[in-house]
Order: sequence, then C-alpha cells, then structure tokens
Amino acid sequence: MTATPATPAIEGWFTTGAAAALVGARCTTCTTVFFPRSSSGAGPDGHGFCRNPACAGEEFEDVELSRRGRVWSYTDAQYQPPPPYLAPGSPGDAYEPFALAAVELPEGLVVLGQVAQGYGVRDLHVGAEVELVVETLYADETGDRTIWRWKPVVELGEEADQ
Amino acid sequence: MSTDVAVLGVGMHPWGKWGRPFTTYGVHAARAALADADVAWTDVDLVVGGETVRNGYGGYVAGATFAQALGWNGARVATSYAACATGAQAIDTARARILAGLCEVALVVGADTTPKGFLAPNAGERWDDPDWLRFRLLGMTNPAYFAMYARRRMDLHGATSEDFAAVKVKNARHGLANPNARYRKEVSAEDVLTSAVVSDPLHLLDICATSDGAAAVVLTSVDYARRHGIAAPVRVRAVSTVTPTFPNTVLDMPNLSTDSSAVAGVPERTFKQSIAHAAYEEAGIGPEDVSLAEVYDLSTALELDWMEDIGLCKPGEAEAMLRAGDTTIGGRVPVNPSGGLACFGEAVPAQAIAQVCEVTWQLRGQATGRQVEGARVGITANQGLFGHGSSVLLST
Ligand SMILES: [Zn+2]
Repeated sequence: MTATPATPAIEGWFTTGAAAALVGARCTTCTTVFFPRSSSGAGPDGHGFCRNPACAGEEFEDVELSRRGRVWSYTDAQYQPPPPYLAPGSPGDAYEPFALAAVELPEGLVVLGQVAQGYGVRDLHVGAEVELVVETLYADETGDRTIWRWKPVVELGEEADQ
Repeated sequence: MSTDVAVLGVGMHPWGKWGRPFTTYGVHAARAALADADVAWTDVDLVVGGETVRNGYGGYVAGATFAQALGWNGARVATSYAACATGAQAIDTARARILAGLCEVALVVGADTTPKGFLAPNAGERWDDPDWLRFRLLGMTNPAYFAMYARRRMDLHGATSEDFAAVKVKNARHGLANPNARYRKEVSAEDVLTSAVVSDPLHLLDICATSDGAAAVVLTSVDYARRHGIAAPVRVRAVSTVTPTFPNTVLDMPNLSTDSSAVAGVPERTFKQSIAHAAYEEAGIGPEDVSLAEVYDLSTALELDWMEDIGLCKPGEAEAMLRAGDTTIGGRVPVNPSGGLACFGEAVPAQAIAQVCEVTWQLRGQATGRQVEGARVGITANQGLFGHGSSVLLST
C-alpha cells in the first residue's frame, strides 16, 4: 500500500475507476476518433488539425473508447526493454517478462497495451476478447503511476484453476 | 518521356562491427562505386548523403561530410533522412535532378555505425514523441512490433516457427559467398529454434543484428552512360517513396495505435502494399516480371509479409511459396539473394542503397556465388519509421 494516491503515468489518455476507459479525441466535423491525442492531431485543449485528409476540422471532443475489443496480435518482452522503460519494483529486482497486445476496438482502430498482470501469451490468440483495466506501471517520487492494460475476458466455465 | 536513369557504378564497405567513423565506411563505398563506374570524383556534379542520426553534426550533414572527405569538388549537395528509407530517398533526389536536367552524374552514399543491443530513442523526457512514449508507457521495442506481425501470420495463416527459421536458413545460405556480408556461415533451423526467444514467437536468430556498413551508387543520365561507352546500363525504372493513405490500418512502428477506419473506410491497399504498387505503376512493370527481390528481413517473418506486399503471391500464400523453394536461388523468384539483413545487419542510411547495389550486381550477372540466372528485373522494398517507405525497380 502506498501513502500517496496512484496517478496515471500520462495525463488525459485514460480514465480510472470502476469502468476505466481510454479517452479518444473525436473530430466534431467528420466524427473520426483518434487515440492517443497529439499536439498535431487533437490537442489537449480540444484543438488541433484533423488527420483525415478529406476533413478540415480543428475542433475535437473527448470520447471514452469501448472498454472491450479483440486481439489483433500479441507478443511479450522476454528481455528488459531499454530506457526510458522503467521496470516496476525496486532497483535490483529480477526482470519479469510481460506480454503486450494490439487490440482492435469497435471504433475501428487498433490500440497497443501491456497485458494485465498474471496473463501471458499463452492466454491470448488473434481474435480473443480482452477488456481494459488500469494497473500500476512503475513507481516514482509521486507514488504509483498507472497505465491501461488489456485483460483477457475469460468466458464462464473457462476460468483456470487459481 | 523516359524516366530511366543509369546505375553506372555500385560499391560497398563490408558490413560488421568495425568501430571506425561512418565517414571512413562511406568514402570507401563511394570510391568503390566511382571505380566501378570508371568515373572520376571530380566529374560528379551532385553528391547526396544518407543522414545518420547517431553520429552528431557530421552525420546530420552527411552529403557535405562525404564531399569534404572525398575532397571538395564544387558539386551540388543534398542530405536525406527517412529512417530505413533514407537511402532510397537519397537515390530519388539524385534521380529527380538527373531527370530534370539539373545534373548528369550523381554520387549517392549511405554509411552508419551502430551501438550494441536494442535500438532505443534519443535521451531526454519527450512526452509528445511516440518513439519515446512506446518505451516509457509500454516497453515496446522494435522486435515487439516484428513479433506482432509474426504472431498474426501464425494465428491467421498457419505459419510456424519452422517456417520463420527456414527464412533464416535460406538467407544465411544465400549470403555465404557475399564478400560484403557480415555473417557468412550456415545456420540450421535448429540453431534458430533453440536460440533464446526475444519476443514471442521470434527468437534471437529470427531478428537482424545492427551493423556498421556503407553502400554507394553512381547514377547518371542514360545519355551520359552512352557517351561513357555503356550502351546498356542497368536502369532505375522507378523509385517509390509513398506515404501511407489515411486511414493507416496496420500497426506501424513506433505508433501506439492505428488510424480509425470507421468514418473513412478501409483503404484499397495497406501502406506496405502501396509502396511496391507505386513503383510498379511508375515503371509499367508488374510483379510477374520480377526476377528477384531484396526486401527488409528485419525479422524472418517480415520477409513473408513483404513477399505478399510486393505481389509475389497472394496474402497468406508466402509460407507455401517458401516451402516450395520458390524464393531460394534457383527457384522461381529468389528473395534476398544477397543474404538480406539476416547476413548484413542494419546500417540504417546504407541499407536501401545496399539493396540497389545487390540488384545491380544481379542484373549485370556479377553476383558471384549467389547469382540469379537470367535476372532481368529486380525490386527492392523497405519501410522506415513514421510513414517512410520505399521501393526501387531496376531492370537490364
Ligand atoms: Zn475530421
């Protein structure tokens, strides 16, 4: 347990709480949804330039993306990635491999993310359903920093023995 | 109007980890290309350098750096940066000036040194840079992207780890006699399959290394080649440097997401498919005319994707083509007869130029020990970061 509250590792990209979701930027002109927001595509203040070449829109509104999607592909990181990756835990802890998934959302885009703790490539296949969760990515002087992750949706009767 | 330019000379510095400055490699390759063309450096009226981002000031102004090292000759100068497509864009700049009649003899040079281990972003906190964010927020390395493509082939097309290993075995064999290749030794499927997994399903030997290396070409107008006594030079028929078409629906390094197709619809071709397509259209040549291809085998599995993206077979058919031996030297359309990045490793600003060198040697019948018999048409293909892709079509 940390004394300080957990905060997102990056501001404004996802909500936290019971039904956490990614926050996309929707062009108010052509309704195309972008994630993540970016300085050129859809600024944090709701302004920017729409990246749809057929659209001259410059106004965006926040929109929560679907919390569930289907795996486009997946892999894992068997070797520790180089900085600026920050391994969770304390310096000197053994490196723990983690899995990654690219997930196709009903909004028509694919979003990368780490796979929720306790799950690995064995729990995934192309087309499998996953759900967004928020977990701790690393800790810094402000406390735990959180990130969105993709958690396999296990159908009833398929739960593995714990 | 013909859009052909002549490839009068090609040259390389052997690839490896030599620990010397990139200029040394570049000048070696440039002199080799000039000697091959039988053109004096003082006759070159345009020099284009492929920029390297890890070598400070000289690397960022590579055209002038090579020109100074070769001895200032007053040539026009340009420098190109386009990640893995750098070399092809440098060639495109030279070709465009030749076709516009603004120059006759261009020297294009790419050279690099590389650090050990994973390629990583520049230092500093850069919260608006996707290349930095992919590491900080996700731990997403380059091999992780290649592994995503590989795993998708397995789940959708029934590719196996043995198929991926077979690509490495083939390319290692192709590179055995290539004097410029860094790795020149047989690799067995077992070697690949027993090497450590880096990113499931890719093993260490499925992923290309980083190398030092250099490549150079001398491009001229077809008229100049004729006056120089070369009646039938190898010709660049097309250079494609297309950007993606919105929405870009296939995950691309270093992005964290794709564009949404919900409003704009799915484009006719994926980005990688569009790269070679543009070259074919420009040259009026089709994939059925291709004798050989040099494609970026950053991972073994990626070579299979490229075979489909450049039209050598339909999506999902690359494994069958590989298993039938069609892409081996002696087969229907040899892929990476040079040995590919599997044998060379990455030297980013040089490798797209190196592909053109190899195709030129093949079309001239000079690829000793790895010659594709009767080669008439060769294509190269690669993709760099942030929507840079390129393909060069050459023919006899
Ligand atoms: Zn718009």
